[in-house]
Amino acid sequence: MKILVCLGHVPDTTTKIRFTDQGTRFDQSGVQWVINPWDEFALTRAVELRESGQLPVETISVVTVGSAEAEPTIRKALAIGADSGFRINLEPMEPYQVAVQISELIKREPFDLIICGIESCDYNGNSVGGMLAELLDYPSLSAVSGINPVDGALVFSRDIDGGKEMVSQDLPVVAVVQKGIAKEPRIPAMRGIMMARTKPLTVIQPSETAEYVKMISFELPASKPPCKKVDPDHVRELVRLLQEEAKVL
Amino acid sequence: MSVLVYVENWDGHFKKASFELVSYAAQLAEMTGTEPVALSIGRVEESELRKLGRHGIGQVIRVEDERLAHLDTRAYTRVISEVADVVKASAVVLAHNVTGKALAPRLSVRLKAGLVTAVTGLPKSINPFTVVKKSFSGKAFALAEIRTEKQILTLAQNSFKLVEKEIQVVITGFDPASTGAVSTHVREVFRQTGKILLTDADIVVSGGRGMKSPDNWGPLEELASLLGAATACSRPVSDEGWRPHEEHTGQTGKIIAPTLYIAVGISGAIQHLAGVSSSKFIVAINPDRDAPIFEAADYGIVGDAQKVLPALIEAVKEAKGA
Repeated sequence: MKILVCLGHVPDTTTKIRFTDQGTRFDQSGVQWVINPWDEFALTRAVELRESGQLPVETISVVTVGSAEAEPTIRKALAIGADSGFRINLEPMEPYQVAVQISELIKREPFDLIICGIESCDYNGNSVGGMLAELLDYPSLSAVSGINPVDGALVFSRDIDGGKEMVSQDLPVVAVVQKGIAKEPRIPAMRGIMMARTKPLTVIQPSETAEYVKMISFELPASKPPCKKVDPDHVRELVRLLQEEAKVL
Repeated sequence: MSVLVYVENWDGHFKKASFELVSYAAQLAEMTGTEPVALSIGRVEESELRKLGRHGIGQVIRVEDERLAHLDTRAYTRVISEVADVVKASAVVLAHNVTGKALAPRLSVRLKAGLVTAVTGLPKSINPFTVVKKSFSGKAFALAEIRTEKQILTLAQNSFKLVEKEIQVVITGFDPASTGAVSTHVREVFRQTGKILLTDADIVVSGGRGMKSPDNWGPLEELASLLGAATACSRPVSDEGWRPHEEHTGQTGKIIAPTLYIAVGISGAIQHLAGVSSSKFIVAINPDRDAPIFEAADYGIVGDAQKVLPALIEAVKEAKGA
């Protein structure tokens, strides 16, 4: 089985969000960029599947769409345990464009299992996986919180409203994974970091894509009025406020 | 031309969110001078389908296809696209829930229509088509412009109010030609029963590390059941295994938007706030008066959960009894 994990390169989750140029651009100054946490979980699970020895994993590759600045992200993925990396040399602007670029790679070099994290932490498109599957006419599974080998095949567990489904899935498939897929993201070991330096990282030039959606401007949520504090000895007052002022009880 | 809205059902029934979604579609159609059309897939009684007419939907297309008993995203996409072509949809609207998030990106590619997810309201302008969406995990809003002729939108939860507009409903059966073979085979289904779903709940009571021990959850659950609320927790609590990970709300867990969110013993890390900041009202109970949760909260009590919760339960009982 050949596995491809799609990596997004996003601001760290603790980033304070600010905008510049009259709110038209995300202010990148002082921002720490990391692998999209869901993508990191996805990669960790791919490596675990290979280590489990319960099904033959031939290769694990990673791909990211981004400028040379995204390369440390790929090196980190190689240090965690991916065998090879692809970087498509394009500043990602929207999910459709990213999906088209990755679909072209997969058309040249097929994979059986393609894993994407559920949501990027920046524009929250959570769309690349589904778009990629449709571009390739592959099936896709969403909200996947488990990928487990059962009798030599994969069983996926996916969230539905108010529950879970265990599904068997014909391959190839694009799985969009979320919380639960792996316990902890794996931290690269020294040996992995050394080995990552010699693993192949291929840079691919992008093709032209149509622009479907453009972000025009950004705005921070209106600041809230200060919190009304209620004396802990007069909890009744809180209930009164919720009933009479907020009108939510 | 039309606005097509895909209305999901749960065991043959719609939810409040379904009616908010169709209200949105009806208003969007009015804005764009097109007809709103609802698509229902699966077994839904006619009386249930007629309810869509209360919110301005006059045309309902019903697809009943055994192959679509479970969500197969490829097959569903083919069917919704086929219907969109038949009704000449200029826009397709879905809920921003598990199903909508799975289908909308596929529809975007198949219909060559730009997708904006988690929109918070009607478009700001039609030509060019611009609409506001949540971005940066709810820490900001973005104004997005769709540059294709057709649009796909998913509507963020609890962001659009019901519109009452009674009209006559015409229900038409439709037999799709495009379903094709199904490749997702459901082996087992586990359903959470007898509990209010976190993502549906109007009120959520949530506990953090300030609860001190998994044994202290009794009063929190009692308060939740008094209020008809769902229970949630912060990430450290689910990481410690004090509560199931399904309850974890925050940037890497569930993102929710209830009317009232009661945070007990939660300090309010930025990742936690990202998951709950869309709540209409936030109440914080925390012994640390400088905890960041108080900056996000509308009402707060500086105090220990073990002392405040029993008093709050009594106060709610009194108020409900009165």
